[in-house]
Amino acid sequence: MQFMLLFSRQGKLRLQKWYVPLSDKEKKKITRELVQTILARKAKMCSFLEWRDLKIVYKRYASLYFCCAIEEQDNELITLEIIHRYVELLDKYFGSVCELDIIFNFEKAYFILDEFLLGGEAQETSKKNVLKAIEQGDLLQEDGETPRSVLEEIGLT
Amino acid sequence: MSDVVEKTLTALPSLLSFDSQPGAAKLSSTSKLASLIRGITELTSKHEEEKLIQQELVAIKDQVSSPNTSMRQMKELMVRAIYCEMLGYEASFCYIHAIKLAQQGTALDKRVGYLAVALFLHESHELLLLLVNTVLKDLQSTNLIEVCMALTIVSQLFPKDMIPAILPLVEEKLTHPKEIIRRKAVLALYKFYLIAPNQVQHIHNKFRKALCDKDPGVMTASLHIYLQMIKENPEGYKDLTGSFVTILKQVVGGKLPMDYNYHSVPSPWLQIQLLRILSLLGKDDQSSSEIMYEVLDESLRRAEMNHNITYAILYECVKCIYTIHPKDELLEKAAKCIGNFILSPKINLKYIGLKALTYVVQQDPKLALQHQMTIIECLDHPDLIIKRETLELLFRITNGKNVTVIVEKLLDFLRTSKDDYTTIDLMGKVAEVAEKYAPDNKWFIATMNTVFSLGGDLMQPDIPNNFLKLISEGFDDGEQDRMLRLFAVDSYVSLLQGEPEKLPQRFLQVISWVLGEYSHLREDLEPATVVRLLAHVLDLKQASSETKSWVLLAMTKLCEGEAAMSVLQGVSETYSSSMDTVLRQRAQELQNLHLNPELWARVLPRDAFTEPLEVDSSLSFLDGYVSEALAAGAAPYKSPHQRQEELAQAKAVSMEPYGLSLPISMSLSSLDGRQSPTLLSMSSGLSGDSTDHSHKAGTTTLKLDKVKRVWGREGYLAQRESAVVEVPSPVHSADQIEEVGISQDPTPPPVADQEKQQLASSLFVGLGSQTSSSLMGKSEPKHQRLRKKAKDPVSSSEISKQTSNSIFPPPISVDNLLCNSNMDPKKSLPSCTQMTESSQGSAAANGTCAAEGEFTEGDVQGPEPSLFRDNRLTIAGSCETEEPVGMKDLCLTSYLPADCIGANHSEFTPLCSSHGVHLSACHVHKDDTLVLLVFISNSSNSDVHQFIVQVDSGDVEVSCLSESPVEELRCHHVEVCQYSLTAKRPSVHLEVSGLVSFNMPDRTPQTTHFSYKLPLPSFIRPLELSTEEYGTMWLAFSHDTKQNLTLVADVQDSLRATLDVLERKLHLHVVAIIGMEGIVACRLLPDQPCLMHCRVHGGTLAVWLRSPVPDLPDCLLYHCQRALQEV
Repeated sequence: MQFMLLFSRQGKLRLQKWYVPLSDKEKKKITRELVQTILARKAKMCSFLEWRDLKIVYKRYASLYFCCAIEEQDNELITLEIIHRYVELLDKYFGSVCELDIIFNFEKAYFILDEFLLGGEAQETSKKNVLKAIEQGDLLQEDGETPRSVLEEIGLT
Repeated sequence: MSDVVEKTLTALPSLLSFDSQPGAAKLSSTSKLASLIRGITELTSKHEEEKLIQQELVAIKDQVSSPNTSMRQMKELMVRAIYCEMLGYEASFCYIHAIKLAQQGTALDKRVGYLAVALFLHESHELLLLLVNTVLKDLQSTNLIEVCMALTIVSQLFPKDMIPAILPLVEEKLTHPKEIIRRKAVLALYKFYLIAPNQVQHIHNKFRKALCDKDPGVMTASLHIYLQMIKENPEGYKDLTGSFVTILKQVVGGKLPMDYNYHSVPSPWLQIQLLRILSLLGKDDQSSSEIMYEVLDESLRRAEMNHNITYAILYECVKCIYTIHPKDELLEKAAKCIGNFILSPKINLKYIGLKALTYVVQQDPKLALQHQMTIIECLDHPDLIIKRETLELLFRITNGKNVTVIVEKLLDFLRTSKDDYTTIDLMGKVAEVAEKYAPDNKWFIATMNTVFSLGGDLMQPDIPNNFLKLISEGFDDGEQDRMLRLFAVDSYVSLLQGEPEKLPQRFLQVISWVLGEYSHLREDLEPATVVRLLAHVLDLKQASSETKSWVLLAMTKLCEGEAAMSVLQGVSETYSSSMDTVLRQRAQELQNLHLNPELWARVLPRDAFTEPLEVDSSLSFLDGYVSEALAAGAAPYKSPHQRQEELAQAKAVSMEPYGLSLPISMSLSSLDGRQSPTLLSMSSGLSGDSTDHSHKAGTTTLKLDKVKRVWGREGYLAQRESAVVEVPSPVHSADQIEEVGISQDPTPPPVADQEKQQLASSLFVGLGSQTSSSLMGKSEPKHQRLRKKAKDPVSSSEISKQTSNSIFPPPISVDNLLCNSNMDPKKSLPSCTQMTESSQGSAAANGTCAAEGEFTEGDVQGPEPSLFRDNRLTIAGSCETEEPVGMKDLCLTSYLPADCIGANHSEFTPLCSSHGVHLSACHVHKDDTLVLLVFISNSSNSDVHQFIVQVDSGDVEVSCLSESPVEELRCHHVEVCQYSLTAKRPSVHLEVSGLVSFNMPDRTPQTTHFSYKLPLPSFIRPLELSTEEYGTMWLAFSHDTKQNLTLVADVQDSLRATLDVLERKLHLHVVAIIGMEGIVACRLLPDQPCLMHCRVHGGTLAVWLRSPVPDLPDCLLYHCQRALQEV
């Protein structure tokens, strides 16, 4: 996989993960073009797009579009299922996920993605294992959370 | 699934205003990120957003650089910075702090730090170097989570040059008790393999261990590496075919834990990965394919549930079945699958079906016939992507009979296409099929006109180039040529009379060239009329200076007759004062040539194309000039490629902008050369050049070579032809199938359907059995009409017959005669005497020297001339043991040239055989060079003629040592070709490839390819220097690599022993051993030094290699490892 984008129906980017090195300018251009093209497509249309020399696979879940770029010889159908599996993971983690969860906790969404896909390839396809890895990471968080000074809380340190 | 994400943005405002709302609890409502997000949501204009974010960034900047900011706060700041970057605002000041956070934060902060690094930086970002130590530390951490984080970042981005620093630690993780760590380590190695394959070459056996891991996750991860490696070298992994099949069988049979099920399908990702690997292994390999048939059948059978994921697996199965060696039963099932896809009402499946059909249609054209009505429907599908894929399919089934309909469809699509990429792609396809299958001249010209006008200036330059080449070179039939040119002239005159301002530049250039060259063919057309039309083009505002120079060149060819003179006069006056030097030069030429008709007639003779033009591509006429310049102290010539490489080395900066400039400068120089783009057409183009001084002609001939190689139209044709020939003899006739297609429709077809059927019959004509035979029979001459004259005796159609035979030849019984008869007495004498001394020699003379020796990887046998060892020949790899021994080494030793007999020579490796001609090779080590000997033996009973051997390589500089090339090979005779090799650039193995062509006694030409692999150490020679010299050189070299190697164990002085091994096996020179350290030097032929410093440290040998040549240290290190492993 070359990259993955999440954007809203309004065209706002919610998540971006690039597995190929590209310049910022190029990334912005690609994002803009793809968001425009995909938002213009009708619901009944094919979930696949040919774009430059890449294949774009996208799917809409409520107000969010999930969009992946793969190479010509890759399997489009399994890419759709990768998107679906990611949504399932988000759903399980946040408990009935909505766009707001992803907006406000986007770093969590990234952590989940990194446990599922690594370097553009599926890393772990067992839902249980992915969530286990994330939970372990989060446990650390809670340990660290306890000693929190009052001063820090109000931002005076 | 859409109900999962129930809540939408409509709920946003209420959530934002009341924190007590359910769901808001999840959002850390007090955080600054939340207020930032809220702030942005409330804004109405882009401008306001920009202002807010800029403020935010200023605030973040202040805080991150403050020394009082805690890591916890830093984490929060980082998250905000990531958010700003996602919105498209740059926060590069944060990058360094992200690295710091990853370095100094506690576990949780660290996680955000690593995430920020992964999102902010790219692979070659300079700050990434600062991360190396952090990663190193975390890899050694006892905290599993930290190790995981480090491995995660490494699998995403890591500086290529620093891989050796962490590689041992990552490798170590492959045996970690936790599966998650093992899995991530495998993926990290996968990443390393992608960016620096040389670095991980030594751990291939560890990949095998990962493949056998008891955890399915680790095993799945290892398949990524295998897929990649098998893609690059399917031959090397054939032995694993059985294992992959077994794994797939288990997966399909549901033997994996339930966790890995996805919608009750067992591990679909794993299945697909395995299917992809199998298709690579089974391609063109019957025996491997046979192992797979059963499991493929099983996969097809199991994947019957009605879910997307099973379709994904089915699609991969179908692709695999059509890729590997065919089996009828499976093909039938796969075809049924494709049919189901295409007929599916689900649009995604329909698309996949079309894609699969496109993939298989050349093998199985009758499948397209079966679905013709569906294809026609898809052609009018409202979704462009479906339409586009259908056109792709049509393009694949184009033939002489349906070309007009298909091209029309393609052009229709082009007219509406707004996407540049699609336009360029389709343009090339239309031009390709038009040129190949054009039914008549008029259609061809009209089609190309549409292509040129639609394609505009996006078009790849090879389309107009090929077109002009075709027009100028013509066909075998002179009358046809004339007609085609006349059509072109007519059509262009009327285009110019119309609205030339609407035509794209490239088209104007084509038009002006054709008019300049051929408008005289139309006798009723006054040159003055053409000149006036062209002058009008010059006045166009949008005409680029390149176009103008084409027009001026065309005018120069037309300066004839009184009426044109006045126009030409005006034009040449206007442009002789142009600011553009090229135009000024053209104008000068125009002026001078039209004042001097005699010179004009000589410079631009008409019908120059009828005589083939001799081009001295070696530029020998410049030799004097060059040697004078060299004598005067000029630097020797370096090719642009070489210059660039050196520049890159000198500056070590990204070469991207330079890369781009290359084609531009080429097109500029072609302008300089005052050439039409059809450098090959060379009729008037080159003749116009003769006013140039010789140097310029030189540059054009150079390019000519290039153009010919890349865009050889015949090559294209040959490819397509072979594709057509592949059509198997189909079962049904076209008519039958059409009948079936129609009779499937129970009701009498309405009018619209009838139209579709009509379209179908015009589209799919020529795909059935009768027609397919006529495709090769009748329509062949038709498309030959548009093929250029065969000027080259070794034309591409012959090349297409080549038998690419680089694999081991089948066993052949070599005549005993080979050994003693027809030998050159001079060559054979010394070795014959040796032969009698050896007991094995007599065995060999009887032709039974196919001894079963062990495979030895070293390419040089001991210091003694090991002529009579029972060496089994090998092709590197692991499949050598089953190879039959076809050649007789011993026989060949007798042909060793006199000066090679004393030297170390490698085993004889058979290269290829064809029609009784066998090629073998070995290499001989000499001090200053590596000599490659190619033995050509003719075991047939007849002589072969016009024998040509060419040896070439990208890695190696090859020069021929034999005085006279072998031209004839008498029967039962052996000839030896000698080549001297030096390395161009280092690589673990350097490959030499070659081509043999000869004429059989019955005059049929034969061509065979071969390749020969040489390990790097063959090119390594000791470099003798003093310790002082070593010291100065060491400091001067920039490319280095470090690694720990194993010491030779169980000896007193293990350093000495280890270095001895390296000295012996790799021909290194040990400069000095001082205590626990040693310094070693060698050179890569011809004279690229590489230095090595070793130190015994904690039971291992820490080596550090340095060289001015990139990759040399890495490659040499690899061989050092190998050499020590073998001990």
